[in-house]
Amino acid sequence: MTTPNITQEVLTTADGVPLKTSLNHALRRRKIRSLLLVAPLFFFILLTFLIPITDMLLRSVDNKIVPTLLHRTIPLLAGWDETGQDLPDEPVFHAMVEDIKEGAAAKTILRLGRRLNFERAGMSSLFRKTSRRVKRLGQVDSYREAMLKIDRQWGDIKTWRLIKRESGTMTLSHFLSAVDRQRNDDGTIGLKPKYKRIYIKLFGRTMALSLLITALTVLLGYPIAYLLATLPTKTGNLLIILVLLPFWTSLLVRTSAWIALLQKEGVINDLLVALGIIADNHRLTMIHNQIGTVVAMTHILLPFMVLPLYSVMKTIPPSYVRAARSLGATRFTAFIQIYLPNSVPGIGAGGILVFILAIGYYITPELVGGTSGTFISNMIAYHIQGSLNWGLGAALGTLLLLLVLALYILYDKLVGIDNMKLG
Amino acid sequence: MAALPPYATIGDRIWHYTFLGICALIFLFLIFPILVIIPLSFNAIPYFSFTHKMLTLDPAGYSLRWYHDFFTNPNWQGAVKNSFIIAFFSTIISTFLATLAALGLSRSEFPYKTTIMGILISPMIVPLIIAAAGMFFFYSRINLQGTYTGVILAHAALATPFVLITVTATLVGFDKSLTQSAASLGASPARVFFEITVPLITPGVVSGALFAFVTSFDEVVVILFVGSYKQRTIPWQMFSGIREQISPTILAVATILIFISILLLTSVELLRRRNERLRGISST
Repeated sequence: MTTPNITQEVLTTADGVPLKTSLNHALRRRKIRSLLLVAPLFFFILLTFLIPITDMLLRSVDNKIVPTLLHRTIPLLAGWDETGQDLPDEPVFHAMVEDIKEGAAAKTILRLGRRLNFERAGMSSLFRKTSRRVKRLGQVDSYREAMLKIDRQWGDIKTWRLIKRESGTMTLSHFLSAVDRQRNDDGTIGLKPKYKRIYIKLFGRTMALSLLITALTVLLGYPIAYLLATLPTKTGNLLIILVLLPFWTSLLVRTSAWIALLQKEGVINDLLVALGIIADNHRLTMIHNQIGTVVAMTHILLPFMVLPLYSVMKTIPPSYVRAARSLGATRFTAFIQIYLPNSVPGIGAGGILVFILAIGYYITPELVGGTSGTFISNMIAYHIQGSLNWGLGAALGTLLLLLVLALYILYDKLVGIDNMKLG
Repeated sequence: MAALPPYATIGDRIWHYTFLGICALIFLFLIFPILVIIPLSFNAIPYFSFTHKMLTLDPAGYSLRWYHDFFTNPNWQGAVKNSFIIAFFSTIISTFLATLAALGLSRSEFPYKTTIMGILISPMIVPLIIAAAGMFFFYSRINLQGTYTGVILAHAALATPFVLITVTATLVGFDKSLTQSAASLGASPARVFFEITVPLITPGVVSGALFAFVTSFDEVVVILFVGSYKQRTIPWQMFSGIREQISPTILAVATILIFISILLLTSVELLRRRNERLRGISST
């Protein structure tokens, strides 16, 4: 059999360009056009959101302040053996005096003192005192003697070891603090003294309370999601408003509602007293502690559990359970063996969503959590606005972000970002 | 849950009503805290619980003084004004940018769709405190901290994922043959866009804009860090009010906000139904 001889003619468009090339061009133009549509938002998010977050992440290791302000001292300290027992030489002391003079004139030295004070208490006052005194320091024979006279801490080898250790432009010390670790004087990493170990505990508490809140939302969300999914459409649509209304109500409205309900002179305590269940002088403390956080956050996050559960349950055909029942399964067996496994994706989706939202919560624990019901977010806010230890705040934030991203990847694997629904 | 069949046993009946009872209690838990605020906001004395006079429905137990305080206090009036200004501008910015992006992302030829989408909706995933901290540091550095521009940009960034998701969802069910037939009948791309695409996606864009508005209107973490007293919004004022000395004015504000959310919820729901009708998806 002979194949018919087809001339391999290249198809062209009207103006003689090969069709394939022309199509490719068109496709590329369309691709560029679609990229151009996305570009404005992409750069907007980059500038207003992603760069600020990256900036914060970098701040958690940033230590430029030390080598910048001590730019004379640090290079000279490089030649000093910190493992020995001798103080640095005279030139180092001279350089330090010059650096502190310069820093005092530029009013930046106190920031350096504050930075080093996070590593070791007393450094802030050391730099403050020294900066005040070196201004009056004239020509001296020995800067070393002069500085030791200003403050004996300059004669302490640990001061110099600390400065040498923290002399790089980057530091891990904020991250060490964030996991309750510190550098010992010999440079090894060890646990902080017991009374200073707070962050691991706080991370643990944040996770534990978030887990409890997630479990409670499953417990409370499952029955009503089931009811909504199995009710006739009209009644279901009406009842779902009871879930959507809290969802749309401002977070602060719901938080203040719980304050009104739970506080000592609040509605629930009044009711219990009126019913004679508790005595007037034994009112329950249900707020400014963990109970307040758990109750209010369960209420606030419950819609985030009900809505995904509901949409999954809607897709479970009622005939499955009916079939099981007709085959002789009891109500309970049919539920455990048929309905529950089918609804697990909903529990997973809602559960991870609630957990992710819960571990990053700030407002509600801040207002109703007191001291025992606060989360890691509150500590981050405290370091940024209160203690001004921005490096540590940023390190804690980085750890929290990593945790959330890991959970988010899990969510994406289980549910898919594209399936995220609103309202 | 379907009604009980006539052959249901006593056990079935008991379980059925117990279950309904449990559900009623959970619904009560959801809705009661919100409803209880409303009567409390009419309290005549600065007290957060029902007084004897209120319970006996004595008119003297009720008053409008907290509403009066809200409407005359410059702190609150400034907050209301700021809330609307900031929400308005951030809604415009985020709706415009996210709608454009949704149109681009919905095209089949768009490369690296999942990655780009992941980046664009990151403001929704990152915990607010981290966003707030990052923005606080960075915006202070470029002198945007404590300015209206800074707060509006921050809120717009937080709101874009909601608009993006809503508009993308509208475009998923979009019937491509409509635009194709318009183009084949000789309409220019611009005409196709304005006469076919725009009317079809409008409900999605409007509900996206509503989401954006609510995001900014309710946002409280970022504003605490990026804003200052000058940019105080209603949530900012509520937060500092609750922290310092809690007065029932907060409950009056809360009541007003509850009615605003009912209004918003209704509009979003109506838009969603209209959208489904337009696209020929029968409402379930």
